[in-house]
Amino acid sequence: MTKTTITFKINGATRTVDVEPSDVLIDVLRDKLGIKSPKIGCDRGDCGTCTVFLNGQTVRSCLVLAVEADGGDIVTLEGIGADGLTPLQKAFVAHNSFQCGFCAPGVTLAATELLRKHPHPTRDEIKEAIAGNLCRCTGYTPIIEAIEDVASAKRPTRKSKQQTPKRTVPRS
Amino acid sequence: MNDLLVVGQSVVRIDGLEKVTGAAKYVDDLEFGPGLLYACIVESPVAHALIKKIDTRAAEALPGVVKVVTGADFPYKFGLYMKDRYIFANERVRFVGEQVAAVIAWDAKTAARAAALVKVTYEELPAIFTPCAALEKDAPLIHPDLGKYAFVPWFFPKANTNIAHWRKTRKGNIEKGFREADLVLEDTYTVPRYAHCAIETHAIVGLYDLSGRLTLWSASQSPFTQRNVIAESLAPLGLTHKDVRVVTPYIGGGFGGKAGVSMEIMGAALATVVKGHPVKMMWSRAQEFYNTYQRQGVVAKIKMGVKKNGAITALEHTLYWDAGAYVEYGANVVNAAGLSATNPYKIDNIAIDSVCIYTNLPPGGPYRGFGYSEFSFGIESHITRAAKALKMDPVAFRKRNAIKEGDTLPYGAPMNANGLAEAIDKVAAEIKWGVPEPSRDPTKKIGKSLVLFWKAPAMPPNAASSAFLKFNEDASLNILISGMEIGQGLLTVMAQIASEILTVPMTKIRVETPDTDRNPYEWQTVGSHVTWGCGNAVKRAALDAREQIFALVQRVYCLEKDALYLENEQVKCRTKPEFALPLRQFVIAGIQAEDYTYKGGPIMGRGVFMPEFASAIGDPETGQGGHPNVHYTTGAAGVILEVDPQTGKMKIRKAALAVDAGKAINPDLVRGQIIGGLMQGFATVLYEDMRFNDKGKLLNPNFSDYKIPTALDTPDEVVPIIVETPQPDGPFGARGIAEHTMIPCAALIANALEDACGARITTMPVTAEKVALKLNPGSAEA
Repeated sequence: MTKTTITFKINGATRTVDVEPSDVLIDVLRDKLGIKSPKIGCDRGDCGTCTVFLNGQTVRSCLVLAVEADGGDIVTLEGIGADGLTPLQKAFVAHNSFQCGFCAPGVTLAATELLRKHPHPTRDEIKEAIAGNLCRCTGYTPIIEAIEDVASAKRPTRKSKQQTPKRTVPRS
Repeated sequence: MNDLLVVGQSVVRIDGLEKVTGAAKYVDDLEFGPGLLYACIVESPVAHALIKKIDTRAAEALPGVVKVVTGADFPYKFGLYMKDRYIFANERVRFVGEQVAAVIAWDAKTAARAAALVKVTYEELPAIFTPCAALEKDAPLIHPDLGKYAFVPWFFPKANTNIAHWRKTRKGNIEKGFREADLVLEDTYTVPRYAHCAIETHAIVGLYDLSGRLTLWSASQSPFTQRNVIAESLAPLGLTHKDVRVVTPYIGGGFGGKAGVSMEIMGAALATVVKGHPVKMMWSRAQEFYNTYQRQGVVAKIKMGVKKNGAITALEHTLYWDAGAYVEYGANVVNAAGLSATNPYKIDNIAIDSVCIYTNLPPGGPYRGFGYSEFSFGIESHITRAAKALKMDPVAFRKRNAIKEGDTLPYGAPMNANGLAEAIDKVAAEIKWGVPEPSRDPTKKIGKSLVLFWKAPAMPPNAASSAFLKFNEDASLNILISGMEIGQGLLTVMAQIASEILTVPMTKIRVETPDTDRNPYEWQTVGSHVTWGCGNAVKRAALDAREQIFALVQRVYCLEKDALYLENEQVKCRTKPEFALPLRQFVIAGIQAEDYTYKGGPIMGRGVFMPEFASAIGDPETGQGGHPNVHYTTGAAGVILEVDPQTGKMKIRKAALAVDAGKAINPDLVRGQIIGGLMQGFATVLYEDMRFNDKGKLLNPNFSDYKIPTALDTPDEVVPIIVETPQPDGPFGARGIAEHTMIPCAALIANALEDACGARITTMPVTAEKVALKLNPGSAEA
């Protein structure tokens, strides 16, 4: 098959890779670039564990062809926490939010996106935002509560404004 | 025990940071370099057939293919409790999707393409898809050689039938019990098959190196069991236990599905034919559904005798298990149920028959609850119905019959200490039992229910745990165990136990996942027994290390050993208050004596635990005489359920579950198990259902068609309640609680539904569709 050369930003670094037209993004990230936090749980967009940011939006990287990411900007969990734990990651640790941890990368990205778009979501909005990320262990409650904690801490007081972390995903 | 500093505290998980940063590695995340090969299996398209011919030529001719193997290459049996399987089907296939051959190639796509080119000729045989059909007189035999299989001494297979095991438990006089009854209630309950749905699918990488060493990186709950089963099966190739090494990184959920040995043995076998190259095999989500263990279906016939005063006089409980094509593990689920299918009630006259039946569906096996989730639906539905027939309050009826410490168990041994009564009271108070709950919406109805549960670890009587504990220069600790972190928080709890005894803070303790070469033995991480079993081993290892520390200090400083104690990482002495020796000064380097020589050396603790009182051998006809279960964990759960009678849609307003943890070493982790287990249990009754067509093919092997809950499906409120009646032989009094939390769910929904609308459903799942049709019987034809 004809190989195509694509270039994209991944967690801030520019990388160029040769891919086949049928290669999906998750396989390129995991097998060619060693980015292992996005996982393969179903390979058909059902479980959300392959979630990554592509140009500032979360996508299921098992449903995106690698060539579609050409010229794009990808951020995975590795990039989210590169400058130290985010308030969300800290809250997940404090709440013992995850058990096996396999869904954690996808859930973290979905919740990160929610809080960026919507700093003060209601509990129902939180549930809605992570409803595409399946978790079999936790019953979701400790995850929801951790996100709620961060959301309530993010209320726009002067103190929390100062603590707002800088965006790790540049706008496209 | 009020002075515990770490045990009993809700410390954060020691694996939390790895998991929130993405640092945690699972099998598929490991790198094996450019020499890595990929395997793909050839699957049977039919449920029951003889294999007449396998033509691999076209597959072998495809560029990129390295090797094609078939069952004839590995004519070796394997199995945990009964050796009834081959690594690849030999001569006969017994379920749709069964592995017949495998292709190894340089990349996964080529392996899959080549697998499709393998031509297999089958001679189809009549297939059986229900346990009842398998018991008919002229039913085809699925395992004609059943009489020749090797199995554990507590199994009773019936040669020349489809009955792989029949556990009989008899106590008292069943006829007399029914004669004494004022009311006898009979019914049949059916429970379908279920899938574990761990988000990580099964994965194995095998490397048979040029020196003849076999290393397996396995997504498994059971590294040592895998080593044992695989080494035994592949012994004809010259492999011994020391040649086989199983490494288990983090796993993305287990729930029993990654216990024992399933697809992993193929990875081991395939590695032996491509010496020097690692070979990887990953299950697709579909394969995860149809070619790993499934939770077995069951048809449960219950006949219960009760007196007007509320006493249960007799219970006849017959369980016909749809055990699938192979029962090497699943037969022990059947066995466990057969020992305990009374649920936690004192019943003097019992006849339990738990029958393990081969069918041409995928192999059944362990699933969180291990038989108890399955039989709980029937027995707890029946208990409520019996109470109502007597016009008794179902909770009062349960309390009257609830088992107490010292009561005789179905197999004759005495019941252990338990806080069941306290659990019932706390749950009843939490859901305001007896107080009608007004519906906020007049079109909806509200029902309540409360059910009991119990479960014992199901394991061989000699299932052992062991631990090593070694100090580092700074008096930090590495604990080596082979209990598996499967999400439950084992690593954290083991660190808490060692921290408590050695006063080393949690931040200075590392516990990692197993490697059978480096870590000491653990049978398997199943049955919710590792907090208890592995915890005892870690506790003993910590005590052993402490003993070495005190002996050394006594020897060098001539202080009385009995006066020594540990505090804040220092050795202190009750008779000499000014003495304080930091651990970091000597746990590796030793203590310098007055003559400038050094005494001691690295401190390493060793701990072993085996339940030496257990025995699996009782009378085959009655089950009396043995002590097969080490202890039971008990509890109660309740729900407030809202039902829409028009649509059948149900919403859990509140769920409460109280479990007797003995001692919650980490209460937050216990609560995590309760919340997660309830959700998994409610899913089996409200949404999930494996659907097979009339040829035995699974119709919904994906998350679009087999619905597991999302965050939107969480109950409005979940109240986890911890009861602590110490387990005398548990570490700090602890016993396991994890599986138990999903066991009561099915009956909770069925009973609350009846309470709300008067409809009784006796077949799982209790879906909205089924409820709507039941409540609106005319609507089906409309």
